[in-house]
Amino acid sequence: MKAEYDVIIIGGGVVGTAIARELSRYQLKICLLEKDADVATGTSKANSGIIHAGYNAAKETLKSRLNIESNPQFDRIARDLKVPFQRIGSLVVAFAKEDISRLKKEKQVGLDKGITGLEILNQEELRQKEPEIHPEARAALLAPTAGIISPYLLTIAQAENAVKNGAEIRLKSEAVDIKCKSGAVSAVVTRDGSELNSRVMINAAGLYADEIAALVGENYEITPRKGEYNLFDKEYGDLVNHVIFPMPSEESKGILITPTVEGNLLLGPNSNPVEDKEDLAVTRDGLEEIWEGGRSLYPDLPADGVIASFAGLRASLPGDDFKIEALEEPVGFIDVAGIQSPGLSSAPAIATMVRDILADIAPALPEKLALREADFDPELKKLPSFQDYKERLNKWQDIFLQNPDYGEIICRCEHVTRGEIVAELKKEFTSATLNGIKRRTRAGGGRCQGGFCGPRIAEIIAEKLGISPLEVTKSGPGSEILWARVKDVKPDRDLVYGLGDNK
Amino acid sequence: MMREHQLVIIGAGPAGLAAALEAEKAGIEDIVLLERDEYLGGILQQCIHNGFGLDYFGEELTGPEYAERFIDDVRESSVKIRLKTMVLNISSDKKIIAINEEEGMIFLKAQAIILAMGCRERTREAIKIPGTRPAGILTAGTAQRFINIEGYLPGKEVVILGSGDIGLIMARRMALEGAKVKGVLEIMPYSSGLVRNKVQCLDDFGIPLKLQHTVDYIYGKQRLEAVDLIQVDDNFNRLPETRERIECDTLLLSVGLIPENELSRDMGLKLAPGSGGPLVNELRETEIPGVYACGNVLQVHDLVDYVSEEAEVAARGAANFIRDSLKKREKEIIIEPGSGINFVIPHKISYQDESRKLIRHFLRVDEPRENIKIVIRDEAGSRIASFGREIVTPGEMETVKLPETLISEGTDRLNFSIEAEGVEENGKQ
Repeated sequence: MKAEYDVIIIGGGVVGTAIARELSRYQLKICLLEKDADVATGTSKANSGIIHAGYNAAKETLKSRLNIESNPQFDRIARDLKVPFQRIGSLVVAFAKEDISRLKKEKQVGLDKGITGLEILNQEELRQKEPEIHPEARAALLAPTAGIISPYLLTIAQAENAVKNGAEIRLKSEAVDIKCKSGAVSAVVTRDGSELNSRVMINAAGLYADEIAALVGENYEITPRKGEYNLFDKEYGDLVNHVIFPMPSEESKGILITPTVEGNLLLGPNSNPVEDKEDLAVTRDGLEEIWEGGRSLYPDLPADGVIASFAGLRASLPGDDFKIEALEEPVGFIDVAGIQSPGLSSAPAIATMVRDILADIAPALPEKLALREADFDPELKKLPSFQDYKERLNKWQDIFLQNPDYGEIICRCEHVTRGEIVAELKKEFTSATLNGIKRRTRAGGGRCQGGFCGPRIAEIIAEKLGISPLEVTKSGPGSEILWARVKDVKPDRDLVYGLGDNK
Repeated sequence: MMREHQLVIIGAGPAGLAAALEAEKAGIEDIVLLERDEYLGGILQQCIHNGFGLDYFGEELTGPEYAERFIDDVRESSVKIRLKTMVLNISSDKKIIAINEEEGMIFLKAQAIILAMGCRERTREAIKIPGTRPAGILTAGTAQRFINIEGYLPGKEVVILGSGDIGLIMARRMALEGAKVKGVLEIMPYSSGLVRNKVQCLDDFGIPLKLQHTVDYIYGKQRLEAVDLIQVDDNFNRLPETRERIECDTLLLSVGLIPENELSRDMGLKLAPGSGGPLVNELRETEIPGVYACGNVLQVHDLVDYVSEEAEVAARGAANFIRDSLKKREKEIIIEPGSGINFVIPHKISYQDESRKLIRHFLRVDEPRENIKIVIRDEAGSRIASFGREIVTPGEMETVKLPETLISEGTDRLNFSIEAEGVEENGKQ
């Protein structure tokens, strides 16, 4: 059966979902295709989670313009979507004397771009704001409009809100072919053989944008660049108060340290080109590299405080700017590619830019497409989260009285209740995997990393979905966490009696 | 609404159960036992192998059997049990906030508290293995719960990292259920588990133990596909030429246990280096009077028998605290771990007690040694006791019973150390 859409967005990262949400303001039939079992599984999952002030991108680039345009929007977005966001400000720290003049230049560039509040701190002022910083740090450029956000919660919330406003999201749906008719796009074919008709295709496939573009004859290359991170126990969340950058180099903003919105501390990323677009392995050298970077800013970083190491991949494109444009041919194909840093910070303005492009090309489409406003609800309802009620436990009691599931703690480290997990599983848009639940509720994301609660969350998922625990996965098909029922396996008797290949 | 109780015990594993029974025996009538899981007995319930109780009951039991002896008595007793109840916070003035699905928020105030929260397993991050993050990597204890409680086998081709007791036990358990256990790796030059477990769980099943080996890399996108093994030298340097790729779908980690002291820390209790639990005196009383700690939250024990015994010490202390019948020594005696010793519990001796003849000390050595003596000296360096041992290893906790008569009146410091055999001794045992 063929499905008909006005717009198909390929890729469920922060950009694809921002576009889906933006376009769901209009009377359009939208479908977002995501190849994995959840949104935010690529670049949007593993990055620094920073909303940049926007002063440090060169002036004439799209990157710079869209970052600066987006930054002030985040308060509203976070409020509407109930995503944790804190404007904690950023500091670029100078150690050498000559770096101070570089900071002054940076500040002037920022002021010229209209960024407010930029200020050079001397050593004493810096120490006051960041008491634990390296004693040799001399000065810093403060950008108070920089902030931190949870990149995957933002992506998930944008997806939920788009769905709430009528968009459709198809998970585990990889686009493998695009069909064209008389010079215009007409349909996407997915891995399972479904054919989805649409006059507009928006390529927001991140690391795979080049492969999607190749389906319509375009020729460019996205090269993955790996960034590795360490996440620290909440016990150390107070060590740092701002996003702390070293002096930037030519190609990157350097290895930074920042608190996260959840109250942990995040260190990273390095920046190394890799071949494989799925290469999310952390390396010994890489971890040493970020550790060195971290120690050069904060000598007292606790080595035993790390609760998770992970890597993310940037989708970098030669030319070092975003590529956001409609093709002349086929008509209806829009590239949103090369969205590396500050992609997260620019997502809202990227989405409105895509809307404008769509409005531009609409008259040229085979069948006319008009952007007529629809009933749009920009908000999501905040579901109760025990974390938010630590200071008002009596209020939590009221929530508990309506549903006793909110009295049963499943995740001991992060204090997540059964009620919160069940509520996520009941949502119209969700991902019923261990990672999906971890991202949405933090259950399993604490210091024991799911050691205690993993089996119980698997049980809840199985129960709510009516499946066997053997079918529960960590992150989609192929990542099943269990193999068999006990006693269903015939033991290898040779091995049991010590006669196997081990002796 | 704040309810007041004489004694609140946090955790109903072996330590909490023994403490509750002993406190009742000591005459405390109003005891509340809070347990976060849905059953009593804690980790014992998933330890279905035998080997428990030799010391305490003089017979060999399985974990659930050992637990059941205490549970039966607790159910007969006046102890009030609350299951599936998670304690969220304890204040230094002994107010407790907890939550469960029956009552919601629970606010309690206690005259005395016994901390018996147990321990948790160290994760992959504690040892920082490079590579990907696929499904199929879990701690040995989580695997044990999946198999013995939930009834599911987590994988079929297994490598186990760490030769702690749980790792050894799980090697046998997975093999018995039909998984292929390709080997147990241990970075140290010796097994960190009990000798009997090495023999019964690996040797008897033909499972190789690779000493001075660790996992160097993890492969697999969705599910674990393989690991690299690597040998290390005596200084833990990896020897690249020994790297070997082993296909497996499951990696079990048995890389140490950490006393679970988040609540203790929030109360303001300092944690002792070495043991990882609160500082305690001989009654297992912490630095907050009336707050006691026992079992694995205080120090990770090898034998549950010692946990029960330690919990009883704490419970008698708490009972006497509630009755206000404790007598402080004129001078506290500080116990110091000296050469060759990682830690000694208790950390100090605070009370006078004419009825007691011996004070039992638990200690762990820092490396394996043969034919040595555990020597106790006072602040002047005079040896007051010495205990010979043919063999000591960090994997086996040592205990010594110090006769109180050997401690002279004015002593304020005792140093425990390992000394070579052959020096003259004037102690006992």
